[in-house]
Amino acid sequence: MIRLESVNVAFDGRVVLENVTVQLQEQRIGIIGLNGSGKSTFVRLLNGLQLPDKGTVYVDDLDSQQEGRKIRRRVGFVFQNPDNQIVYPTVREDMSFGLKNLRFPKEDIEQRIEKALIAYGIEHLADRLTHQLSGGEKQLVALVGVLIMQPEYIVLDEPTTLLDLKNKRLLMSIIRDLGQRVIMVTHDLDLLVDFDRVLCFHDGKLASDGQPASVINEYLQLCDQ
Amino acid sequence: MISLYHPAQSLIHSIAAGHKVLMLLILGTVLFQVDRLEILVVVAVVVVACYGVAKIPFRLAFKQLKPALFLLAIIFLAQIFILGLEAAIFVVLRFAVLILAASLVTLTTMMSHMIEAIEKGLSIFGHWLPVAKISLALSLTVRFIPVIGVMAEEVREAQRVRGMERNVFALAMPLIIRTLKMGTEVAEALDARGFDSDDETDAKSRTS
Repeated sequence: MIRLESVNVAFDGRVVLENVTVQLQEQRIGIIGLNGSGKSTFVRLLNGLQLPDKGTVYVDDLDSQQEGRKIRRRVGFVFQNPDNQIVYPTVREDMSFGLKNLRFPKEDIEQRIEKALIAYGIEHLADRLTHQLSGGEKQLVALVGVLIMQPEYIVLDEPTTLLDLKNKRLLMSIIRDLGQRVIMVTHDLDLLVDFDRVLCFHDGKLASDGQPASVINEYLQLCDQ
Repeated sequence: MISLYHPAQSLIHSIAAGHKVLMLLILGTVLFQVDRLEILVVVAVVVVACYGVAKIPFRLAFKQLKPALFLLAIIFLAQIFILGLEAAIFVVLRFAVLILAASLVTLTTMMSHMIEAIEKGLSIFGHWLPVAKISLALSLTVRFIPVIGVMAEEVREAQRVRGMERNVFALAMPLIIRTLKMGTEVAEALDARGFDSDDETDAKSRTS
């Protein structure tokens, strides 16, 4: 379970998140809000990329202030722009990056890569140069690069923003089948319909929290204001 | 180096990257000791044959030599005037063989294997050098050169549609800012993917 207690974050004196207290234990949680509402900062707190100025963030009782590295290995993070997440020149090589960091033996790394490439249907991309992939393929590679590390939680920050409809559906079908707990920031409200819970941020505060239909409805009203 | 790797199942692909680099070093040294044209021709034939063994198309093999053709032509002409025709053929053939052999190594070696070999080589100096960081820096350089190229093209196009044609200074500033911003995000992504920048034993365990 991920737990935030009275969390505040400010950048250059500007409050970005204010007094956020929440527990996250559902299988799939959506995060919505207007631009600048604090939702990206919120998810960055969940794997220790961002530390709170006040309050505490616990991931399975690990404090992000003390155990950032351990937390990052439990909480996989998929960024909006896959170009900044892919490290190696070819897909197969990039898959190996996280596994090397986890210090798997070489043979084990190769086996895991083969399995993951097949499991997520990207074996045809294995030896392709990453900078020559399409946007959808890059996002898929970025996601699989995180999944291969078998984190317990997957945080996705607007993963469908750069994707066409076909790739968006493909990505979402993979996300729906994941065994891990998923926390996803998105502006595509229709993707959250079958999620277990949705949180809506507004002006750095948790404005609403609950079932997708009711939270989305409140968010739409906020947008009309 | 960036986009050279040509995937295939072949004997040459299966040779360890470190061994290939070592063989290249030996070949380079030996070639400069050879003084008979017929031996050089035999070596050239062997190197070209290796392209066949590695299942690399002729077009791709020629592409490796193409950027050097102009320089080879200048060397050829200069050598004719200085030492005569036979010496000119000899010198140019030697360079061509070296370029083809070096390209064969990069065409048949994945970047990660090449970097692992470099890591292994550097691990002797592991007490003095941050081997894992050097290795990662090499990977990132190779990975992000084309990305920055695309970024430069985007900035140039954005400027062109707003009426500015060629202006290096106008291109440099937004490109530097975007590259720095990207650098911050890449650093975060490295953290998120478990790279431990303080832990040098990481590299040692990988290369052992």
